[in-house]
Amino acid sequence: MKKALLLFTSLSLLFAFSLPAMADGHCMDALGCVEVGSDDPIVIGALLTVSGATSFYGEDSRGGIEIAIDARDGMLLGREIELVVEDSLCSAEGGQATAQRAAADESIVGLIGTTCSGAAQGAMPIISEAGMLMISPSNTSPRLTNDDVDAGGTYYPGYFRTAHNDLFQGAMGARFAIEVLGAETVATIHDGDPYTEGLAVVMADTFAEMGGEVVFQGAVAKGDTDMTAILTEIAASGPDVVYFPVFTPESEFIATQARNTPGLEDAKLIVSDGSFSSTFAGNVGAAAVGIHMTSPYVVGEDYDGFLMTWDDMFGGAPPSGFHAHAYDAANILMDAVEMVAEEHDGSLMIGRQALRDAIAAVEDYAGLTGTLTCQDESPYRGDCATGSALAVYEITEAEVDGAWPPAVVWDMSMSMDMMDEG
Amino acid sequence: MFRNRSGEFSWVDFTIDVLRVLIVLAVVVGAWNTLSSGRISLAQWVNLLAAGLAQGSIYALIALGYTLVYGILLMINFAHGEVFMAGAFSAFFLAEALNRTGFLNEQPLLAILLLIMFAGLVSMTVAVLVERIAYRPLRGSPRLVPLITAIGASFFLQYAFRGLYGSNFKAYPQLQALQGALQIGEFNIPITQIFVFSSALVLMLGLHWLVERTRIGKAMRAVSENKEVARLMGIDIDWVILFTFGVGGFLAGAAGVINGLFRPQGVNFYMGFIPGIKAFTAAVLGGIGNIPGAMLGGLFLGVIEAIGPNLVLAGLGIPGANQLKDVIAFTMLVLVLIFRPQGILGERLSETKA
Amino acid sequence: MTFMTSQASRHVLRLGLLSGGFILFAGVIGMIAAFHEREVVDDFISLGQTLLLAAPFVTSYVAAARLSEAGQEPRMALAGGFVIGALTALPTIVLLLFNSEEYRNLLYASLRLLPFVAASFLAWKSHAQGNETRQVAATWLTAALLIGIVAFGFALIFEVKGDLRGVLVNVDRDWVAVVTFDHRRELWTGIGLLLAASAGAGLAGAVMRILPDIPRRALLYGLGITLLVGAFGETVRLVLQENVDRDTLREIFRRDTLRQNAAATLFIVSALAGFLWALFGRRAQDEFAALDNSRRHRIRNLGMLLFAALLLALPWLIGRTLSDVAVTIGLFVLMGLGLNIAIGLAGLLDLGYVTNYAVGAYILAALTSIGPLGLFKGTFTFWMVIPIALLAAMFAGFIFAVPVLRMRGDYLAIATLGFGEIIGKLALSDWLKPLIGGAQGVQNIPKPFLFATELKNPEQLYYIVLVACLVTLFVSIRLNNSRAGRQWMAIREDEDVATAMGIDTARAKLLAFTLSAATGGVAGAIFAAKVGTVFPNSFTVFISINVLSLIIVGGIASNPGIVVGAVVLIGMPELLREFSDFRFLMYGALLILMMINRPQGFIPSKLVMHEVQAGVKPKLSAGD
Repeated sequence: MKKALLLFTSLSLLFAFSLPAMADGHCMDALGCVEVGSDDPIVIGALLTVSGATSFYGEDSRGGIEIAIDARDGMLLGREIELVVEDSLCSAEGGQATAQRAAADESIVGLIGTTCSGAAQGAMPIISEAGMLMISPSNTSPRLTNDDVDAGGTYYPGYFRTAHNDLFQGAMGARFAIEVLGAETVATIHDGDPYTEGLAVVMADTFAEMGGEVVFQGAVAKGDTDMTAILTEIAASGPDVVYFPVFTPESEFIATQARNTPGLEDAKLIVSDGSFSSTFAGNVGAAAVGIHMTSPYVVGEDYDGFLMTWDDMFGGAPPSGFHAHAYDAANILMDAVEMVAEEHDGSLMIGRQALRDAIAAVEDYAGLTGTLTCQDESPYRGDCATGSALAVYEITEAEVDGAWPPAVVWDMSMSMDMMDEG
Repeated sequence: MFRNRSGEFSWVDFTIDVLRVLIVLAVVVGAWNTLSSGRISLAQWVNLLAAGLAQGSIYALIALGYTLVYGILLMINFAHGEVFMAGAFSAFFLAEALNRTGFLNEQPLLAILLLIMFAGLVSMTVAVLVERIAYRPLRGSPRLVPLITAIGASFFLQYAFRGLYGSNFKAYPQLQALQGALQIGEFNIPITQIFVFSSALVLMLGLHWLVERTRIGKAMRAVSENKEVARLMGIDIDWVILFTFGVGGFLAGAAGVINGLFRPQGVNFYMGFIPGIKAFTAAVLGGIGNIPGAMLGGLFLGVIEAIGPNLVLAGLGIPGANQLKDVIAFTMLVLVLIFRPQGILGERLSETKA
Repeated sequence: MTFMTSQASRHVLRLGLLSGGFILFAGVIGMIAAFHEREVVDDFISLGQTLLLAAPFVTSYVAAARLSEAGQEPRMALAGGFVIGALTALPTIVLLLFNSEEYRNLLYASLRLLPFVAASFLAWKSHAQGNETRQVAATWLTAALLIGIVAFGFALIFEVKGDLRGVLVNVDRDWVAVVTFDHRRELWTGIGLLLAASAGAGLAGAVMRILPDIPRRALLYGLGITLLVGAFGETVRLVLQENVDRDTLREIFRRDTLRQNAAATLFIVSALAGFLWALFGRRAQDEFAALDNSRRHRIRNLGMLLFAALLLALPWLIGRTLSDVAVTIGLFVLMGLGLNIAIGLAGLLDLGYVTNYAVGAYILAALTSIGPLGLFKGTFTFWMVIPIALLAAMFAGFIFAVPVLRMRGDYLAIATLGFGEIIGKLALSDWLKPLIGGAQGVQNIPKPFLFATELKNPEQLYYIVLVACLVTLFVSIRLNNSRAGRQWMAIREDEDVATAMGIDTARAKLLAFTLSAATGGVAGAIFAAKVGTVFPNSFTVFISINVLSLIIVGGIASNPGIVVGAVVLIGMPELLREFSDFRFLMYGALLILMMINRPQGFIPSKLVMHEVQAGVKPKLSAGD
């Protein structure tokens, strides 16, 4: 039903757009073209959370995008790049409102965003229908790239992401816990955020599938500082591993207090990239030693250079963990624009469908966050982070004293049945 | 039962009584299930209690600010949580600086004292400014008006501090002297919790002394009794109100530092909102306007939050019980308002106040 | 030869420092740099610079008005304007110096000196009041100690950090660049420019005030309208996009920025219009007043008709994006009208209104979703669910009202706030996840269909909301004059008297809560269908606060007020995206300023006006 609907809309769109396109003579794209005049800038939109309690995630991504633009001296194809940032908040309605606005702006070639998965669900129907595309640096909900409605999927054509699907990261946490830590029992905690809830569920399911026992699945609330109650409850069920893919600062509270909870002194702690920031270890203090983190490979000279640029441009360190994904997303978009754009009488014609196709065809793209290849096969479409670029890190004394990032101790290539994953 | 004061059947009373029975039943069944399963040991219950008392004493310190202001102006200072944030956030930078110079761990006692004074004074300044600019022009207007203003002040302060200090989460440095735990019999109590509880106690005793024994305290009590009479007796009402806001602010700032040493992470511009609402709940639990009530209410709320989810909700088989900690707190609030609006210690407010 | 009186000069001094403090604050919290990113007139002036210059301009204008009222000569007003302009720049200049590496020691020295100076000042004041030496000394000591702790603390922080930016994140290059007019490297040139520009703007403000009435009004209109159009460039562009062709649009705007030629034309045209209005406006008003009643009525009716036509045609005039904003505003108007029954008519302060919104949204989601959580997948349509959502919300309103019927005033507010929070947490919980999706919410909610047309665009949804608002408006006007309405008013005025008069207050209050909830449910259902997904984080206490605030800001119990309140509080932040970082900051400031200066709201209701005026009803008021 839904698919038929999609097909119908895209067909009618095709029809609607092809008429003026034919008349125009330049643009042969099924979804129409962005026309950039000779002295017009190339406009990139960004739908990010820049206000409210979670605004630092958006600022983090925005910094990544700005650095990517700055790295090209703000120029693309001899034209200035203009970044238009809209505040999509962290809600479906916020995403929808900003998507309407972006869709009305014909000069936008593509969008980076949204910060939150919920906002993307509000935004994508509109963006897709407008023939635009959006690459998200931080949406991880499996729904967004799943085109099976009966399974709860909400995929729309034109959606891509450089953030890794929860399915990869959650499964990796489970594999690591069983294969390396030798865990038989696990407890999971989420914080009511769709992202953390999704990860916790995937981890628990994979863990159970692999023969482990899930002894506790619980949650805290955002803003909680006292985690004693839940940790005591967990201690009572005695897990080998506590998996809490929650965001900072809640993850920091849990990590610090877990060590002081009788019964959890020896439990292994695993957190996710929601906590992967340079301040995590220092903020947690001595209790952070031995904590494992699952996060993308954001290491190496390029990344060091990125961090230096960040400090130079904005001061300090990035506030959260999605800046590198945003940097990659912006670069993928700009590369695709370079590839697709055609010059006509001094104007640039950028085909919207061609742009989508170019990004869907991205393969072995060497980004800051590892090698990216965009999936385009049902049921999963638009996932550019393949999960192979994820790794497990272990925090040591050095990180508590300010060194960053920690050493990689494991990645999926070391997994025993990596081959199953396909 | 089911009859109102004049003895007729009242379906409102009936509903409320049914509610009462249901809740008692839920609590008893939940607690019974949990305790009989024996999943959580005695030592663990004691740990929860201690953590709850420590968290509760921070609520109590903030709650005092609500209660002091309510006692005098009968207004809910919605922005008080932000006053707490102002002190805690500003003192974070001082704590960090002291940590870098090494002073923090060389002279922990002196450093803590300095931090408390600093945060207290910053919060005091903020509280006094808010009173002076936003609330004073509204004296004598309908109650809705200052409530809305307070909501406005709360937003304004949050985002002003976000603009000043940025939106990153920060964390207080951890004091060596406060690490470890104290062995009492078979129970292990973390030293931070003892520190939190005792320093809050000292501050509360100080407040008690101020209100009961000093001239300005007497003036505060007089103003809260009856402003007109106090004015006739030559008390400068404006000054007393300003002073009350200042004292409440100081306590909130001090609570900010104590909170920072107890739960170091999560320092940002939004950190005052939830503790603010919780402390307000505590003030209502204890009987708003009543100083010992606020202290008791804070401790009570802290303990309920620590023990409630595991004792009652988990016992009822509710998944993710700890996620509903706030539901317990707010249910307590509503129940108190329904069944004992004067709070644990308060006396029933007269018609003119309620 | 007259000199400024000391009172007048103190006034000038105070205003100047106030405006200087404002500019400093706006800079330190990052507002000036953020606003600088929006150009008001292309390549000419940015919103940040406008802010920088508007502060001294407006302040001087006000000061000049006061000075001439106080009988000062015009040149005194000019001098005052100049001084205010210079003073406005002063705090920013001091911070610029503190921020530069060269003069940073100045910062540490002043912070160390501050406690002694401030303490001495306070002691001097205390002395001037005729206090004894002992008291003066005590004042000095206490002040020096208390201020000293804070000042030395900050000095230590800055010294250890090594710069201001480690603490005050927005005292950065961008800020320096804006306030020095891009002379970041040559600090003193920049400071000179800032001082000159600011003093110039101050002088201009004073000149403007001194000008004769007609040219002044013409200039102010021209300036005001040009700046407004420039600042709201995006909105204006979106409207024009619907109504003029692309090439004309490009003549006027470079993306969202007003081009210089267009700005100049706009300025001249609006100044001219202002000039004509200043000349003939009063006469037109007088003539209108002189008309006989029936003709005035006819003109009024014509106006109403035009307004109705405008409402109907709105989506075509403003295009898709702004229609989307209009739908959001409409949903809040709907909720405002509903909550107004409880607050405005019956005087029941309900802070948990979001509950009804959530009930409506989740009912629609559960009944119509075609995803895994949908209960009936496709059996129910939007139109069938709307009445169900309405009844469900009324039922919820009823259930939550019963336990709080005995409560009054603040206690009622707190209890309802608690209910709102409880519902929000429950919607999020793992406990109810099998039913309503927990943190993941409910997806795949189909859009409404009308005669086989899918109503997916905001232009179409607009009409649903419009109809809902009109129906609610009609009902609420009827209620106002009904028996129940009079009972509510009696309860609002005095509950005890109402009881004594034989009103069943419990029943009346219950009715108010129940009816009030109804529109919340409808709004929630439309919201869910519009967005297509329902997440628990959409239902926070901020919804309740927004609805309450728009009623208060617009004017309590005033239906047009609610519309205006919704446009200002919900619409404005949507339209000015540079404001997004500061939307809550300005929202807070607006609430405070409104309550202090205009507590009756923008469009006060005649009914309740006397209640909100200070001192009239001491029984209801705080602090007495």
